Amino acid sequence: MKNDRLGKFAGVLARQGILVAFILFMIGFSLWNARFISVENVFGVVRSSAILGVMALGVTFVVIGGNLDLSVGSLMSFSAIVVLDLHENPAFGPALAIPAMFAMTMAIGALNGFLVGYLRLNSLIVTLGMLSAIHGLTLTYSGGQNMDIANQEATWFGIFGRGTALGIPIPVLIFAGLAAVLAILLAKTPFGRKVYAVGGNEVAATFSGIPRARVVFFTYLISSFCVATAGLIQASRTMGAQNTVGQGLELEVLAAVILGGASLLGGSGTVFKTVIGVLILGFIQNGLLLAGLEFYVQFVVTWIIIILAVWLDIAAKRGRLWSPIA
Amino acid sequence: MNTDRKPALRLENIVKTFPGVRALDDVSFEVFPGEVHALMGENGAGKSTLMKVLGGIHQPDEGRIFVEEAEAVMTTPLHAKARGVMFIHQELSLAEELSVAENVYLGELPRKSLGRVDWATLYANTDEILKRLKVGFTARTRVGDLSIANQQMVEIARALTVDAKVVIFDEPTASLTDAEKVVLFEVIAGLQAEGVGIVYISHRMEEIFKITDRISVLRDGEYRGTLVTSETNEDEITQMMIGRSLDLSRRTARGEVGKTALRVEGLSCGSLFQDISFDVRQGEVVGFYGLVGAGRTEIAETLFGLRTPSAGKIFLKDEELRIHSPIEAIRHGISLVPESRKEQGLVLGMNCRDNITLPQVSDLVAGPFVSDGAEVAIFDQYRDRLEIKTPSWRSAVGNLSGGNQQKIVIGKWLAMRPEVLIVDEPTRGIDVGSKSEIHNLLRDLAARGFAVIVISSEMPEVLHVSDRIVAMYQGRVMRIFDAEEVTEDSLIQAISGIENGKVA
Repeated sequence: MKNDRLGKFAGVLARQGILVAFILFMIGFSLWNARFISVENVFGVVRSSAILGVMALGVTFVVIGGNLDLSVGSLMSFSAIVVLDLHENPAFGPALAIPAMFAMTMAIGALNGFLVGYLRLNSLIVTLGMLSAIHGLTLTYSGGQNMDIANQEATWFGIFGRGTALGIPIPVLIFAGLAAVLAILLAKTPFGRKVYAVGGNEVAATFSGIPRARVVFFTYLISSFCVATAGLIQASRTMGAQNTVGQGLELEVLAAVILGGASLLGGSGTVFKTVIGVLILGFIQNGLLLAGLEFYVQFVVTWIIIILAVWLDIAAKRGRLWSPIA
Repeated sequence: MNTDRKPALRLENIVKTFPGVRALDDVSFEVFPGEVHALMGENGAGKSTLMKVLGGIHQPDEGRIFVEEAEAVMTTPLHAKARGVMFIHQELSLAEELSVAENVYLGELPRKSLGRVDWATLYANTDEILKRLKVGFTARTRVGDLSIANQQMVEIARALTVDAKVVIFDEPTASLTDAEKVVLFEVIAGLQAEGVGIVYISHRMEEIFKITDRISVLRDGEYRGTLVTSETNEDEITQMMIGRSLDLSRRTARGEVGKTALRVEGLSCGSLFQDISFDVRQGEVVGFYGLVGAGRTEIAETLFGLRTPSAGKIFLKDEELRIHSPIEAIRHGISLVPESRKEQGLVLGMNCRDNITLPQVSDLVAGPFVSDGAEVAIFDQYRDRLEIKTPSWRSAVGNLSGGNQQKIVIGKWLAMRPEVLIVDEPTRGIDVGSKSEIHNLLRDLAARGFAVIVISSEMPEVLHVSDRIVAMYQGRVMRIFDAEEVTEDSLIQAISGIENGKVA
């Protein structure tokens, strides 16, 4: 009985609690350190969350479709390295480097989509393997060297990462614009509806004449498009990149998507909620830094957040915190 | 049978209710040591619920269970085992990669010091049991290498590791050949001789008469009585199972039958079904009746593009079709309301409206966007027509009753205006009131000129809604009846494989 009541509480917490906890966290930190809520700090958090946020938008589609994409961090490193290298290549230059990089990144996304969608391979295995494969591909491509733009004054390439418009950083504008477009795609178009149907119940979707494989394929294509965009922002901001610039981001992205309330079982979540999840994660990490904790503590915190979010999601589904059967 | 001894198992006034359903209503019977006691009833009569109560999976709301006259309160499957109540399930649950011995003693392997497995004892004990069963394999055989029948023997061996008082067989012959059945019956006779009480669940009349001593019948969760097998006949049992309430005259008169909508010639699909031929005309309901595993659902799935036929032809309005996917089937105008509403029919987390419009969502657009207005219009139309009771189109279908969920699935396909509507188990798990609503709806659809195929495991349902009935047995069409000529007896005989009094 007690367990049931606890479970109901967990259910409410899972639906609303993350927002409540977030607000409490914000109030607590603001009282403790007024700098936390300052305009500069808030803007700083939003700006530094843009790259993660853009990637999380794409992964939202994959997760709602009932799959995972763990290759996004590694793939982001790849796109940053590739776009920088082609930028330095006289045959390309910035104007051609960008579309070429998008094409290469999305080709890898298409391969993920083909393997998971059409061949029905387990998405965890496919994209975890892809994480490793792309890392190898990136190192092969770069010869293990970091990539830098030699003459940073002579290129307009920096606008994606460093530019501002009307006083707002371009990365934030890209994040907001992409979020708006993808929110409409997911919520308002037949394709979006099919993503929810396939993730909610792929058998029933198939029985309703929904082309499951094609829908899954496109979720991965969208994910890789977002990764390419993130890679572009990253490369443009630093005008140089290490082979490992995206390492570990896959987990942070997943944490943001789950924090936003998308179920790992598929079929639920929205673009807007993911944006909230990204901001929550950003503010928590920022708060911990302001509290004087070392940067790497955030890796542990990310793990704790994922565990809590997943547990609460499952508890909400079965209406209790623990159950011997699924 | 020895009725002087105290019963091995006795049920006393068992009642079990679920929200909205009285699944078991005052069920009482007893099984004596050495008796084979049949438990019969239609699908949904409460047999499975009763088994779950006996197995400690459900607890009865009222009533008591006695094993050898000692009251047994069983709240987990382990309790049932401890009391000597063992189950042989229709679905085998064996670890294929392990040996027979490991499966038989799964979870309780004999141990030596330091927790090491005592293999010698394990194999010796298992071989001892296998000898009792007179099987042709040993304790060391890998279970995955055994035939289905022999795997079933492993399940039975498992039941014999404890001092079993009662062994319950749930449709044990469903996947056995005739020769394998003979072996199974010998094993059952052996258990009987050892004084074990046996509960035998089966739909197959010939088996019931061959091996059981008494027969208890359930109908709609109610205990209808116990018959002595040697003093009864198929008619009496059938009557008890189906009841007098069956009123065939309520069936609306046959509508105006139009052109042939669907014609199937010699359709086969591997070992699932062979040489199936039938046709469905506009304005009629054709019922498919047969035992579970007779191949009815598989035919529907083939027509809907989910399976590829190995031979035969499908014609829609005299045009031959090749259907490779549900998408193609839907485009040609074939719709399927599937057997399993929750797994195959609905996206439970989605709202009512989105479920209804799902197959045509790509066409309900204004520019690139789904048209809210068009969707709501379709939802409203089918909510009114099918009398779907839901607070709003925004409600998740998972929150609706079974009957309303089924109407959503039917509405989804009616909205596609199909040439042929196939409905697989239209009223499974649905309360009695919604049942008759759905039956009337199916008749009404035929009256409006739809060609309807209804697959059902419930005889009253098939008799009530069908104009013609295709009786199937083991993947074959035994006979196609006209509604006017069909009798319950002839139908039961046909689906049991009996033709002109002989087993086919």
